[in-house]
Amino acid sequence: MLIITCPWCGQRDQSEFTAHGEAHVARPEHPEQLTESQWGDYVFFRSNPKGVHHERWVHTHGCRRWFNVVRDTVTDHIFATYRPGERKPEIKG
Amino acid sequence: MERYSIFSLARNAISHHRGWQRAWRSPDPQKTYDVVIIGGGGHGLATAYYLARECDAGRVAVLEKGWLGGGNTGRNTTIVRSNYLWDESAGIYEHAMKLWEKLSADLNYNVMFSQRGLLHLAHSVHDMQEIGRRGSAIYLNGIDSEFLTPGQVREMVPFINLDCRYPVMGALLQRRGGTARHDAVAWGYARAADNLGVDIIQNCEVTGFRIEDNTVTGIETTRGLIGARKVGCVVAGHCSQLAELAGFRLPIESFPLQALVSEPVKPVLDCVVMSGSVHAYISQSDKGELVIGAGSDGYNSYSQRGGFDIIEETVGPVIELYPVFSRLKMLRHWAGIVDVTVDRSPIISRTPVKNLFFNCGWGTGGFKATPGSGHVFAHSIARGEMHPIAEPFSINRFNTGALIDEGAAAAVAH
Amino acid sequence: MSVQQFRLERESTINRSRVIRFWFNDTAHEGYQGDTLASALLANGVRLVARSFKYHRPRGIYTAGPEEPNALVQLEEGAYTEPNRRATEIEIYDGLRARSQNCWPSVDFDLGAASSFFDRLLPAGFYYKTFMWPRSFWMLYEKYIRRAAGLGRSPMEADPDCYDKTYAHCDVLIVGGGPAGIQAARAAGLAGARVILADERPGLGGSLLGEKYVINDRPAMDWVDERKSELSDMPEVCVLTRTTVTGYYDYNFLVANERVSEHLGPHNSGAPKERLWKIRARHVVLATGAIERPLVFADCDRPGVMLSSAIRNYIHRFSVLPGKRFVILTNNDTGYRTALDILDAGGMVAVIDIRSHPAGELPDTARNTGIRVLEARTITAVNYAKGTIRSVEVMQLSEDCTQVTGNAERIRCDTVGVSGGWNPTVHLFSQGRGTLRFCERNQCFVPDRPSRNNPVTLAGSCRATWRLGDCLKEGFDAGISAAGEAGFAMPGMTHEEDAVQDTDHHEPRPVWILPCEHPIGQGRKKHFHEMQNDATIADIALADREGFSSIEHLKRYTTTGMGTDQGKLSNLNALLALSEIQGVPMSGGRVTTYRPPYTPLTMGSIVGHDRRDLFLQRRKTPIHSWHDRAGAVYEDVGDWERPRYYPGPAETMHDAVQRECLAVRQSCGLLDASTLGKIDLQGRNCRWLLNMLYTNAWDNLSAGRCRYGLMLNEHGMVFDDGVTTCLDDNHYHMTTTTGGAARVMNWIEEWLQTEWPDLEVFATSVTEQWAVASLSGPNARALLSGLTDVPLDDASFPFMSCRNGTVAGIPARIFRISFTGELSFEINVPARYGLALWKALMDAGEEYRICPYGTEAMHVLRAEKGFIIAGQDTDGTVTPMDLGMDWIVSRKKEDFLGKRSFDRTDTARPGRKQLVGLLTEDPEFVIPEGTHVVKAMKNAPPMEMLGHVSSSYMSPNTGRSIALALIADGFNLKGQTLSVALMNGTGHHVTVTDPVFLR
Repeated sequence: MLIITCPWCGQRDQSEFTAHGEAHVARPEHPEQLTESQWGDYVFFRSNPKGVHHERWVHTHGCRRWFNVVRDTVTDHIFATYRPGERKPEIKG
Repeated sequence: MERYSIFSLARNAISHHRGWQRAWRSPDPQKTYDVVIIGGGGHGLATAYYLARECDAGRVAVLEKGWLGGGNTGRNTTIVRSNYLWDESAGIYEHAMKLWEKLSADLNYNVMFSQRGLLHLAHSVHDMQEIGRRGSAIYLNGIDSEFLTPGQVREMVPFINLDCRYPVMGALLQRRGGTARHDAVAWGYARAADNLGVDIIQNCEVTGFRIEDNTVTGIETTRGLIGARKVGCVVAGHCSQLAELAGFRLPIESFPLQALVSEPVKPVLDCVVMSGSVHAYISQSDKGELVIGAGSDGYNSYSQRGGFDIIEETVGPVIELYPVFSRLKMLRHWAGIVDVTVDRSPIISRTPVKNLFFNCGWGTGGFKATPGSGHVFAHSIARGEMHPIAEPFSINRFNTGALIDEGAAAAVAH
Repeated sequence: MSVQQFRLERESTINRSRVIRFWFNDTAHEGYQGDTLASALLANGVRLVARSFKYHRPRGIYTAGPEEPNALVQLEEGAYTEPNRRATEIEIYDGLRARSQNCWPSVDFDLGAASSFFDRLLPAGFYYKTFMWPRSFWMLYEKYIRRAAGLGRSPMEADPDCYDKTYAHCDVLIVGGGPAGIQAARAAGLAGARVILADERPGLGGSLLGEKYVINDRPAMDWVDERKSELSDMPEVCVLTRTTVTGYYDYNFLVANERVSEHLGPHNSGAPKERLWKIRARHVVLATGAIERPLVFADCDRPGVMLSSAIRNYIHRFSVLPGKRFVILTNNDTGYRTALDILDAGGMVAVIDIRSHPAGELPDTARNTGIRVLEARTITAVNYAKGTIRSVEVMQLSEDCTQVTGNAERIRCDTVGVSGGWNPTVHLFSQGRGTLRFCERNQCFVPDRPSRNNPVTLAGSCRATWRLGDCLKEGFDAGISAAGEAGFAMPGMTHEEDAVQDTDHHEPRPVWILPCEHPIGQGRKKHFHEMQNDATIADIALADREGFSSIEHLKRYTTTGMGTDQGKLSNLNALLALSEIQGVPMSGGRVTTYRPPYTPLTMGSIVGHDRRDLFLQRRKTPIHSWHDRAGAVYEDVGDWERPRYYPGPAETMHDAVQRECLAVRQSCGLLDASTLGKIDLQGRNCRWLLNMLYTNAWDNLSAGRCRYGLMLNEHGMVFDDGVTTCLDDNHYHMTTTTGGAARVMNWIEEWLQTEWPDLEVFATSVTEQWAVASLSGPNARALLSGLTDVPLDDASFPFMSCRNGTVAGIPARIFRISFTGELSFEINVPARYGLALWKALMDAGEEYRICPYGTEAMHVLRAEKGFIIAGQDTDGTVTPMDLGMDWIVSRKKEDFLGKRSFDRTDTARPGRKQLVGLLTEDPEFVIPEGTHVVKAMKNAPPMEMLGHVSSSYMSPNTGRSIALALIADGFNLKGQTLSVALMNGTGHHVTVTDPVFLR
């Protein structure tokens, strides 16, 4: 049961949030120019790292805003949270 | 291999069981093998066994970084069924079911495969449509399936609360479905594979692949370099890492999946009962524990632990459906790592690297497929071309769009 | 009724003025308030209380706490019954009924014990090696195996009790109310922190309850009482007794189970039976103590063998001396303390010490008191008959303790106390991801490094601090530092030392598995290290011999630690035995993971109040009360309850649906459509967003006009549909399916916030703000015109448009859209007016014989017109083209969500499953939904399937059955005859048609 710091609301219980997978997977600007496998890579393939993971969460039962979390997927330790559009924080796993 | 039977048991009893042989050897790795299987869980050991038994595959080794069956093989809720919607899924799970039905005899190891019947409950009009469709598909695929009325459900589970929130409107029954003893599956395959000359090497972690000319030639491990003409990778919970070592990505994310057992009680629940929409999966083990499958935690994690909220969400529906279990006690809860694909179907496939094969992405459904998965994977590796049953499960389906979407059919709308 | 012949005169926590009568195995007994079932049974000389799991061996009470492996009973009867309750934890109450489990006909004479005659055939894992022939017989064998297994019985009636659940936040949570925990609570409380102190026992004191300690020259329990009153004066300190902290999860989230009223018995005051605490603590102090470690010797499982600390507990806490003649077997000094206490309580006692020449304060005192001490010896036999130990046999130990020599001496006794030193209770620390290391000095696992997620401090014997004075100091310091970590620093506060009399502590001789005259596993005597599951040292050797040499394999193969005590007594000795067999030193890496809960947790308490009506919400529309009165039959859609149909007197569902369908097409009907998802979109960039979300073009939709749209995921598959209306250029009203409302809302927010943050669009869910009555049928206009100020003629209010106005005096937003294909007005009013609107429409509709209709009629009506239901006629694998809806896919738009996926090899493939209509040969025959379509029937499965029937109804307006189906290459099969293959083996011919049945 994590404690997550929502960049807008502060520290809250994990039960208020929903995880939505890897962050920084930008939608291609010109999908029509991509090959089948480039498009497939965007839609389905993820890095799924064991260790530091940049991921998206949403404060479902709070401000309902999306933000990014940097978490170690082995220890579940949360290093940082930040708003969409902000730079990835430097993390030393 | 000394045969196991009541007679060998009696014979060994005379010598106070001091004469039993090792179930499998503990060899040092050789320099090179014809086929190396990475992953000593049920699927990997089954693959090695069928390679050695049926495929004339030469020298075969299984590399396991920890102990045999220590991943999801030993952590799942042991349910076996083949009542899947899509032809492709029915193909592989029914293939597995047929192997399950003679597995104890094949392996000379009692895997306690118990066809005690498996119920899927329907709790809404939409659920009824879903089981109607699935039941029809299963039937036409030549697999057993029956519809039950709520009254017939009560006959099988007399204490069920049919009028719970989302009342039980009907059920789909697969009589051939049931459970097996999970550890015994790993141990039985290991013993039988070892007997056929497979080297099973525990405490041997893969650290890299030797790839020349886009072809795998060997594996770097904590016990040195091991040459291999072909490599099969069956490492639930770690497949993305091995893919990364080989230089590609997978359409997979890994989540904690929890399960729990109650204290053991005398027989009370004879069949397996699954309820997708109320989310209660329950059976009773031979030891007497109620074995309850929980949902997965919502975030990627390899920690093999999950939150207590998931336990609450799991026990709630169980008690709603079975109020008689409210005073029983949860003895233990634990978690495994499930590798989930978008279409909830596995990947059994060639990879961008020649002679390197992957078998992964079984999500929550891997245990029941163990014999079938191992069997078709073995044949695919040995022939160098995918077994017809495995063919649809290619990684390439995520590019072409030919998904086998077992998850989609359950969506609710209107 | 038996007398309490083993009760001592001395003071303890029991209340002698309150006699409690209870029944065990149908025999009435008496005890006192404050007794546990175990202490009361021992007071009455009841020793045989249970039978073991596998061999049905007689078992007694082995401990005085939650680590009890043997004394499990079936508590109470009927709806109140509970299996596997530890007699050592049940507080007795008047009328308590308990009985032994896993035995028949009785615990004294158990036929199951016959299994011990062929126990040599039943080594660890025997079941993997047999029961395989003949193959078909396994189910039969298994039936009997299952009957033999299990322990107690499940209740067969619903639980009459209720359970409470609560959240708590605190600065410092202290687990364990013994000396260290009390001190920690005091210190943290003095620092001003908000403190919760939880202890599993009915009162504070922990180990002091079961000892004869003196603090500040007074009995230790006086000290406890003083501290207790000090704590109760601190407003921010909450002391929870009868509360077991069972789980330690990430970020200091801990779960505790408080037994609120079960000590009062069933039918109590109406208080909840238990309460589950979900505690978030800034800092945790674990003062969980230690559990005495057993010694494993020949037949060490006999009733009357118990932990030496348990004997002290029964003497001091319950005034029970659980025998007359005792033998203490020990490898450390603690056993002597027990011997002295026994002597002091009037019992006879001898000490068998496996050490040679034990020196030190306690052995010396014992010798000086005249207690017989046998050195370098062990027990090699326990002579047990008729429920009681008669004597033990003692032999000389070899130098290395692996063999016995000389002649056996027989010592008369009825009770054997064993002490193998102490084992810190590190379960919670390990659950909280703390790592353990093996402590050579103490020969046990001790906490090593905590996880950085979980700030925690340990104090007392759970970190192998044994001396009481040290525990008190450590507890206080832990309280200070925990409070400091939580932001309540108290510089300069120091521990005022209490004067404690304590004895020296000597490390045990590191031997726990003791030999007998035959090699272990090769004679009649058994060395049980795991009593509940009947696992022996010989089983460990067998497992290792067969290659199950990793500790996890060992655990699973021998079932060590898999009992309801989760191996609190057995795990360490099993590890040690394995290490000895393998000749490998013990290390921290060899310990198996501790899993929550620490003690088994009642499932009812995990559920709390969330049962029956509170299990999951039932969403009801504002018009629900009207539907109730009209006798509606409901359908669950998502969490909503929607009227499915309104049966008239003596009407079947079929009758009602047919009537409703006809009424809509012939006059008019009224549907409660309030559950449809509604999203209000505002902002300058709404149109751009709609163009991305939907497949069709939204550029030219003018104010007051509506448009239908399909929403795709990025795979190009339909996942929702609905009508969106332009209210003005920057304001839109979107509708979704009932079940998809939340999904669509999240979908929009996700794109807006993460991919297109520069867009100015504000999305608000307004599903519950609007009540919707959908008036449909040829008389809809005539009916509505009498109630509204909005002109309804085609010219001023055309199809697919929206008008604001009033209906029955209620401000309304009216949409002229239709899901039935008839003239329809969807009237939206603020939710609080929903019922008034509905009633007004029903009243005004009387002259048109208006008919309320439910979802089932709605489904039939839309199917007659070939309209899809997303989620029924689509399943996440269907593109707009598969639905024959190419017309809704813009060819001009450069991009929309899912577009790129259309061109993928499989998605662009001809012959995909496509939506068509099916007409049955027999117009009266309605195909069961879900039935698959085949080219031609075969005699038996398998048959190749073309697809399935997604919707199927008897259509009263066409006078025949109709069906929609998704079948391979369906568009090209139109006009052809196929078959639907029914599960009774028969087929039925169907003709493939266009999906529109009524034009």
